[in-house]
Amino acid sequence: MIHFVLLISRQGKVRLTKWYSPYSQKERAKVIRELSGVILTRGPKLCNFVDWRGFKVVYKRYASLYFCMCIDQDDNELEILEIIHHYVEILDRYFGSVCELDLIFNFHKAYYILDELLIAGELQESSKKTVARLIAAQDSLVETAKEQANSISNIIAQATK
Amino acid sequence: MAMHGMRGLSVFISDIRNCSNKEQERLRVDKELGNIRTRFKNEKGLTPYEKKKYVWKMLYVHMLGYDVDFGHMEAVSLISAPKYPEKQVGYIVTSCLLNENHDFLRLAINTVRNDIIGRNETFQCLALTMVGNIGGREFAESLAPDVQKLLLSSSCRPLVRKKAALCLLRLYRKNPDVVNVDGWADRMAQLLDERDLGVLTSSMSLFVALVSNNHEAYWTCLPKCVKILERLARNQDVPQEYTYYGIPSPWLQVKTMRALQYFPTIEDPNTRRVLFEVLQRILMGTDVVKNVNKNNASHAVLFEALALVMHLDAEKEMMSQCVALLGKFIAVREPNIRYLGLENMTRMLMVTDVQDIIKRYQAQIIASLKDPDISIRRRALDLLYGMCDVSNAKDIVEELLQYLSTADFAMREELSLKAAILAEKFAPDLSWYVNVILQLIDKAGDFISDDIWFRVVQFVTNNEDLQPYAAAKAREYLDKPAVHETMVKVSAYILGEFGHLLARRPGCSPKEIFNVIHEKHPTVSTSTIPILLSAYAKILMHTHPPDPELRNQIWAIFNKYESCIDVEIQQRAAEYFAMSRKGDALMDILAEMPKFPERQSALIKKAEDAEIDAAEQSAIKLRAQQQMSNALVVTNQSPANETPPPPVNQLGLVKMPSISSNLDHSSADQTLSVANGTLTTVDPQPPSADLLADILGPLAIEGPPGAAVQSEHNVVSEMEGVPNVADGAAIVPVGEETNSLQPIGNIAERFHALCLKDSGVLYEDPYIQIGIKAEWRAHHGRLVLFLGNKNTSPLVSVQALILPPAHLKVELSLVPETIPPRAQVQCPLEVVNLRPSRDVAVLDFSYKFGTNMVNVKLRLPAVLNKFLQPIPVSAEEFFPQWRSLSGPPLKLQEVVRGVRPLPLLEMANQLNCCRLMICPGLDPNPNNLVASTTFYSESTRAMLCLVRIETDPADRTQLRVTIASGDPTLTFELKEFIKEQLIDIPVAPHGPGPATPLTPAPTPAAAPPASLAVQPTAANDPGALLAGLL
Repeated sequence: MIHFVLLISRQGKVRLTKWYSPYSQKERAKVIRELSGVILTRGPKLCNFVDWRGFKVVYKRYASLYFCMCIDQDDNELEILEIIHHYVEILDRYFGSVCELDLIFNFHKAYYILDELLIAGELQESSKKTVARLIAAQDSLVETAKEQANSISNIIAQATK
Repeated sequence: MAMHGMRGLSVFISDIRNCSNKEQERLRVDKELGNIRTRFKNEKGLTPYEKKKYVWKMLYVHMLGYDVDFGHMEAVSLISAPKYPEKQVGYIVTSCLLNENHDFLRLAINTVRNDIIGRNETFQCLALTMVGNIGGREFAESLAPDVQKLLLSSSCRPLVRKKAALCLLRLYRKNPDVVNVDGWADRMAQLLDERDLGVLTSSMSLFVALVSNNHEAYWTCLPKCVKILERLARNQDVPQEYTYYGIPSPWLQVKTMRALQYFPTIEDPNTRRVLFEVLQRILMGTDVVKNVNKNNASHAVLFEALALVMHLDAEKEMMSQCVALLGKFIAVREPNIRYLGLENMTRMLMVTDVQDIIKRYQAQIIASLKDPDISIRRRALDLLYGMCDVSNAKDIVEELLQYLSTADFAMREELSLKAAILAEKFAPDLSWYVNVILQLIDKAGDFISDDIWFRVVQFVTNNEDLQPYAAAKAREYLDKPAVHETMVKVSAYILGEFGHLLARRPGCSPKEIFNVIHEKHPTVSTSTIPILLSAYAKILMHTHPPDPELRNQIWAIFNKYESCIDVEIQQRAAEYFAMSRKGDALMDILAEMPKFPERQSALIKKAEDAEIDAAEQSAIKLRAQQQMSNALVVTNQSPANETPPPPVNQLGLVKMPSISSNLDHSSADQTLSVANGTLTTVDPQPPSADLLADILGPLAIEGPPGAAVQSEHNVVSEMEGVPNVADGAAIVPVGEETNSLQPIGNIAERFHALCLKDSGVLYEDPYIQIGIKAEWRAHHGRLVLFLGNKNTSPLVSVQALILPPAHLKVELSLVPETIPPRAQVQCPLEVVNLRPSRDVAVLDFSYKFGTNMVNVKLRLPAVLNKFLQPIPVSAEEFFPQWRSLSGPPLKLQEVVRGVRPLPLLEMANQLNCCRLMICPGLDPNPNNLVASTTFYSESTRAMLCLVRIETDPADRTQLRVTIASGDPTLTFELKEFIKEQLIDIPVAPHGPGPATPLTPAPTPAAAPPASLAVQPTAANDPGALLAGLL
């Protein structure tokens, strides 16, 4: 089971956190602090796994961003490593060659997409196409609602003129 | 990509990015939070759009690491918004900001439920996702039926059903009772026929969790899993979008193979054959390719296949194929594969017959110890530790020693502990062992616990041949310019005792030895000085003919310390001084220490316990996952424990000495409280008991048996236990540790101990001690919880809640909200057993101390065996009954492997402790045990249970259990219970009762008994008592 997902920039800025096991705010901050210290200092040609407090953290660096997932000791590390990559590919497809800036200004999108990929710390969907379709459907729902709201406010505006 | 026009949010994010330092950022954040707070105060004026915007901002601020302690209500309230955009934001922000223990979440349960049972598919998805991510126990109880309905519904689309599957998985993890085993096997089998791979992937995760708890119920699903694997791995029959770099859903393959590892075997030959074909194909057909992702995905599958092959205990040929593959992996350049190769080789050590093949790779593994990557070095160390035996110990330990000088700091502690354990366990000869430990102290003295050097002293004292060698070595080390204090202690002790054996060698006259020890004197701490004083006294005694100059020098030192503020030092100085004036009388009093009784090393015992834990986890992977998640929950709720603790199997090997002394202490503590009869007083008994235990724990290694006998020299004999002052120092780290809110002692061990006896401590931390006393009569039980406040200020907001399993009716009387300082309250608890089950009731206990909210979940020892009443059965009664219960489900038989090897007598003891009465003579074969007992519950009433255990004297790790009773559930539960007892043996029964010999360890020196942590006589030891009062 994945206990949490972290996206941390090379400078140690947090870009996304998702906790599937209960951690209090204080614990969350501590985890992030500790893991940033461990992972950001690792050299480039090392393996993608670190032991951490009886758990394992699988991480991978994409440009300036580190994607980290914490799992149990006996979970399959490579499987998780490829879930990370799967997520990155979906982000890439959605944003069109994703970069850190996309994730900063559209951090909520990163959360939506992650929710279509993982629930309860387990993989929910392995088809990129399906995830893309579902996210597009959500976007259009939001858009429609906005248009409706606009048209209603127009009507009200005109009526009260 | 547009932000859906949320300009305010974009501007805020830009502002934050433009902050040049942390201080500016904080100011900007504070300003924003202030703004949001005011806007939320007059909520009426907020449009849904604004609310949404502010809630997003809150999440962003939270993500930056700032405390956002308001506005949770607003986020939660968005969930009930009628429109999708607001609802979506409400759900997602709530699930990020809050965790399952948050009160606000409860308010949302109804809204969430309405969304789940409503007709709107998109709302269903949002609700399922949130519950799946942060749903807690209450969600489990109120929503599980609705979620199940969605998962099984034929009218729901896959996008809802896959979410429902994982949502149910979460709820099941929070409360396993929400999935009723009876009906579920069929439904699960049906789910595994699913064609949609999204739903199938999610369902497989759910299945892994279910089967890990109870594989028996899901046998029918086994062939389906094999079929899925066949479809993916062999036929490659999946839609294009579900292949990942050309591999048919690697994740589903991995999950399926994981599920198969929870079935003990595969009996159907056809299924087995098909599975092995697939596995063989995976093992042979996985090539290393250029593309990293393809490589990773295919190796994810390959490593899972390896694990499955190991689990199924395949034919030797396939096993050696696996080892060969791993051998290839540990030498490749790709670091991930190297890491996994080492890790899996370590797992492989569990399989018999392959150790010798693994040894062929020893050189390569040792090379990995110098890998640039610390993750890989750690795996190499684990593997070397695991594969070490008598044949290669010398090589491996010397390699570790060599590596120790260059190893990075993060690894030194673990490294030195492992080296010490291996050296003791597999020493080819004792001088080598002494040499290794001295080297360890020299190179990594900070990490050498007292246990380790006590052990050296013990060996040296007990082996005359070793004494000159050890003394010479000690002398050598003291010549070094910078010597670790531990080295000073051990050298001073050894030279004091045996330095005279070196007398004829150059540089080893009493005077010279004294000088070389005394040179270190200015640098040592007070814990070492008593040892030095004893050494001086002994040197003085061994000086023939007397050397007045040396004598005066030593007397001056004694004189100086006669007014020392440290009582121990003062007393020693005064007494040695007085005694040394008596001349020859000194000879008798300061004679050489008598031999120590043979006993098992505390270190090895710890290591072995840890190994048993580890073995249990892999042998019956059962509950492993669950335990893990429980651990997380528990730590999470006590704010002082900020991060999850390492799982049990890490204990012992990588622990700081101070913590390990805690272990001794917990068992000693329990023993003491039992010795005191009941736990009626909290003050002042427990604190002093603690201190005593701390001292007595390590002291167990010391305390020569002769000491107590020499009654006429009572004072002196107690002083001869030289290092016991050093032990006094052990209080310090323990005391410090209690300041942070760690539970004292091992909760699991306490629970296991209480499963076998009826009173003792259930839980203890620096503030509170929870004792328990129980009486059992037929299917009724009456427990009393003793809640003792250990402090001088009251404990408030005390809450105790019982989470009973379905088969127990538990009633807890009112628990007062406040426990006054230093007081103890008693809370009676009535238990009625409705039917046989091994499930355990949980006590959810919380209190507040100062600002700390502490919450722990404790298993209550109202377990199956408490409702047993041993009953003797004669042959005339036994055999007709045994025959009449002819087969399943009333009589069940199972071959159990991975049993902890025990002498038969001890196994009988073990069963006796569980209230099963051994009936000797009924079985003609002396290797078998027959036992009988009566089980009481409301549904079964009193029911006779018969047990037969057949052991194999040639292989004590396996046995066959047969259980018979008039109730199928009872038979099954009792069988599982006995299995648990034999595989997982709680720490040897402490306290009253015959000392049970442990199985002899492989070293000649380490021998039973081990439970000597507290000898009753030791409690009378005035020195110990004195120290206890300090």
